[in-house]
Amino acid sequence: MSLAHETLASLRRRLSAKEIHSRDIVKDLLTEIGTREKTVHAFTHIDEKAALAAAEKADSSLPLGGIPIALKDNLNALGDPCTCSSKILEGYRAPYDATAVARLRHAGAIFLGRTNMDEFAMGSSTENSALGVTRNPWDPTRIPGGSSGGSAAAVAGRLAIAALGSDTGGSIRQPAALCGCVGLKPTYGRISRYGLVAFASSLDQIGPLTRTVEDSAILLSALAGHDPRDNTTDLRKPETFLAKPTGSVKGLRVGLPKEYFLPGMNAETEAAIRSASQWFEKNGATLVEVSLPHTPSAIAVYYILATAEASANLARFDGVRYGRRALDPKDLMDLYQRTRSEGFGPEVKRRIILGTFVLSQGYTDAYYRKAQKVRGLLRQDFESAFTKCDLLLTPTSPEPAFPLGERTQDPLKMYLADVFTISTNLAGNGAISLPCGFTKSNLPIGLQLIGPRFGEEKMLQAAHAYEQAHDFWKRMPPV
Amino acid sequence: MSSSANWEAVIGLEVHVQLHTQTKMFCGCINQYGGAANSQVCPVCLGMPGSLPVPNEEAIRKTILTGLMFGCRIAPVARFDRKNYFYPDMPKNYQISQFEDPLCAGGTVGLDPFLFPKDLQDMDEAKAKRSIRLTRIHLEEDVAKSFHYEERSGIDFNRAGTPLMEIVSEADLRTPGEAFAFLGSLRQVLLSGNVSSADMEKGQMRCDVNVSVRPVGQKEFGTKVELKNLNSISGVRRALVYEIARQIAAVEKGEAIQHETRRWDDEAGATFTMRTKEKAHDYRYFPEPDLLPVRTDQGLRAAAETDLPELPAALQDRLMKENGVTAYQASVLAADRALCAYYEKAAAGTKHKAAVANWILNDFLATQPDPSTTPVRPEYFGELATLVAEGGINSAQAKKVFAELMANPSSPKALVEKLGLAQISDAGALGVFCDEAIAANPRSVEDYRAGKSNAINALKGFVMKKSQGKANPTQVDEILKAKLSA
Repeated sequence: MSLAHETLASLRRRLSAKEIHSRDIVKDLLTEIGTREKTVHAFTHIDEKAALAAAEKADSSLPLGGIPIALKDNLNALGDPCTCSSKILEGYRAPYDATAVARLRHAGAIFLGRTNMDEFAMGSSTENSALGVTRNPWDPTRIPGGSSGGSAAAVAGRLAIAALGSDTGGSIRQPAALCGCVGLKPTYGRISRYGLVAFASSLDQIGPLTRTVEDSAILLSALAGHDPRDNTTDLRKPETFLAKPTGSVKGLRVGLPKEYFLPGMNAETEAAIRSASQWFEKNGATLVEVSLPHTPSAIAVYYILATAEASANLARFDGVRYGRRALDPKDLMDLYQRTRSEGFGPEVKRRIILGTFVLSQGYTDAYYRKAQKVRGLLRQDFESAFTKCDLLLTPTSPEPAFPLGERTQDPLKMYLADVFTISTNLAGNGAISLPCGFTKSNLPIGLQLIGPRFGEEKMLQAAHAYEQAHDFWKRMPPV
Repeated sequence: MSSSANWEAVIGLEVHVQLHTQTKMFCGCINQYGGAANSQVCPVCLGMPGSLPVPNEEAIRKTILTGLMFGCRIAPVARFDRKNYFYPDMPKNYQISQFEDPLCAGGTVGLDPFLFPKDLQDMDEAKAKRSIRLTRIHLEEDVAKSFHYEERSGIDFNRAGTPLMEIVSEADLRTPGEAFAFLGSLRQVLLSGNVSSADMEKGQMRCDVNVSVRPVGQKEFGTKVELKNLNSISGVRRALVYEIARQIAAVEKGEAIQHETRRWDDEAGATFTMRTKEKAHDYRYFPEPDLLPVRTDQGLRAAAETDLPELPAALQDRLMKENGVTAYQASVLAADRALCAYYEKAAAGTKHKAAVANWILNDFLATQPDPSTTPVRPEYFGELATLVAEGGINSAQAKKVFAELMANPSSPKALVEKLGLAQISDAGALGVFCDEAIAANPRSVEDYRAGKSNAINALKGFVMKKSQGKANPTQVDEILKAKLSA
């Protein structure tokens, strides 16, 4: 069997036993990429030579020695492109390693491929990429989700063993759900954001996309921990997650937030989630109905705060120091206007304008400040729910992967794709999406488990127990 | 009634001060003036995608210290905000600054009479010893420096990210002299706390001035004009003198003052319109999400308190009371911490502390010494003052000793020996000189005995001449009187 089909955990065991060599994995992945990347288009950049050279030098005694990881194209890795799938970063090469990248490197990982994404992580389908759309390996007429669609499609399509993504409103979990892999968004502050090109600084988190929960825990253990370069990282000591899997959910109080189960929701999704919750109950967990009353405001709050922060974060792309610069500008204003008009795609422009508006004099109170207040209430919702339960169980996405092009003209409808994931970014909690079934037309359905802040261990234990009792994760996409 | 006496100026200052810290505000780059262009930069201060700021604790501590020195309220929790505007010298196109919750609020700056320009020190405005209120002090990052050539422009990012403190005054100042004294006072305090070198000519302290005029007695402010390109404290004064006169002349002609920014041209001695402000810029401030709020009440304030220096006002007070120096001397010493430390070392070795101040501030300072490196040890001045005061040498000899001290620094006692200046106080030797004087000046002796007491001076002069100036004058006087009345 091609090594491309194995889990990270299994490859790690075989590498350290010297049964296989890193170059074997890279070669097998390149073979898979050679046959299917044309259809999936998960990557924006692949440097075969560099990956093979790194594999030759890999030290299999290290925790991730010789394991190839794909990186979302918004993570700086020294010397590599980092386009954020935007024309404005054409030709840019990262002058430094993101902390997450440096930590993986330090643990012995090698990097194979930069994955496609919605431009600057703004989108839920990876269709907002200036470098082409990515297709869902389960059905190439459908989107892979987004914005980390390239990472999800690569992992699900066996084009990568594991990948890093970033999640601002669901950008790891939703594509993981739609592509049938495991996507983890850690608690805000768990993983350093240093080197992740910022979309919305108070919401962004880096996280792994993997085939299994165990793989997710392995990468989280390597990535987590305080970073002196990121003031918002938490100070707690590093830990090894899922070091001793219990395989049990006995005694676990699983909360079902009533706002996440609404009449008219996708029937197949609802059925899969209900059946997952029944599994928990059957295996000794108690189900508790809880309420997150401010959920209906979450999308509005998100699109005010995320765009406000983005309007400032993206101001630096001005053609002065790096990336694309308009040719022969008449003057400074012309340089700014043309560089940015030519360099940014329509969704990015829409959000910069929205964010600029909500921060404008006379509107800050009505929008930005009010949204901040509601964000506080949303956080309280979660805090009070977690007094009644240990984990929340919800769908990751309201429906399975939708067809390419279906929502590109309707941004509001596109924004609703993140309705179940956005609140956790606003509250800062960690959450994981894992496969919990398939539709009749063989599209994956994702289950979301949300933990209390810094409650990843509990979340991973439950996810692992559920995953091992099922074989959804073993299914192969047809592409 | 066309007279400036009917008008009053209202002046407020915004002063930017570069903090003296090891590293930049939000990254580990060295905070140092100079260096090849773009040699002191990193992904953070260049605003590269993905980089994040980390606050410099030393800069926060120094800002708190500054607040403490001016009696500000220190916010228990301060925050950073993003100030949004596009300009090529700003790497991120937003500046990390403080808007709603600055580190320091309130406080005052005292105007010492000696901090006024020399020609104003006797005027009422200097004697008034006014106290100017501060609005706030906040911390932010400096921008890069642009260079414009004929065809193109360049940017040096070495300065980008330097810790910058903004000190904002209330519109309490009324005269150019007060603005001058305010800046001098500010500088004195900043130097005393080792917060900044605060040299305007080096750009370490930069000042924007807001000024308007109104009829005396009117409460409402006139339309304010902002002045820029002020590169020295005296330049601020000159610019204000010009601008206030310009505004008064304009309103007296019935013209309206434009709400605008004007540029001071020091060579032309005039201000010129730079840009008119149709409406205020919208900086779209919002809390910096990359930085946690700064808790000053968990050790930072306490750390700043341990750095509190003796403030200039307290220092002056002490020097006047304990050392008997004049108010002027005290203000000169308070303005120059290195010189003051030198003086205090010198004064420590003698009872004659005021005399030491005279030597150091009159004679020594005239040689333009660097008190921290001079080979003339401060103890020498203590010794010199003692020698003079206790009769070892007279003042003319002391001048010779001083000259020698500058040329070949060593102990004044040794120099007195070396120069052969030791006074003759031996009664026998002096008696011989006195006898000679009496024998050689019969006219003077006669006159003295006849009641002309001044006549003794000629005899004294004879003795001094004979002794090559080394005779102890007090003793000579006593011996002569005794001999003449015998």
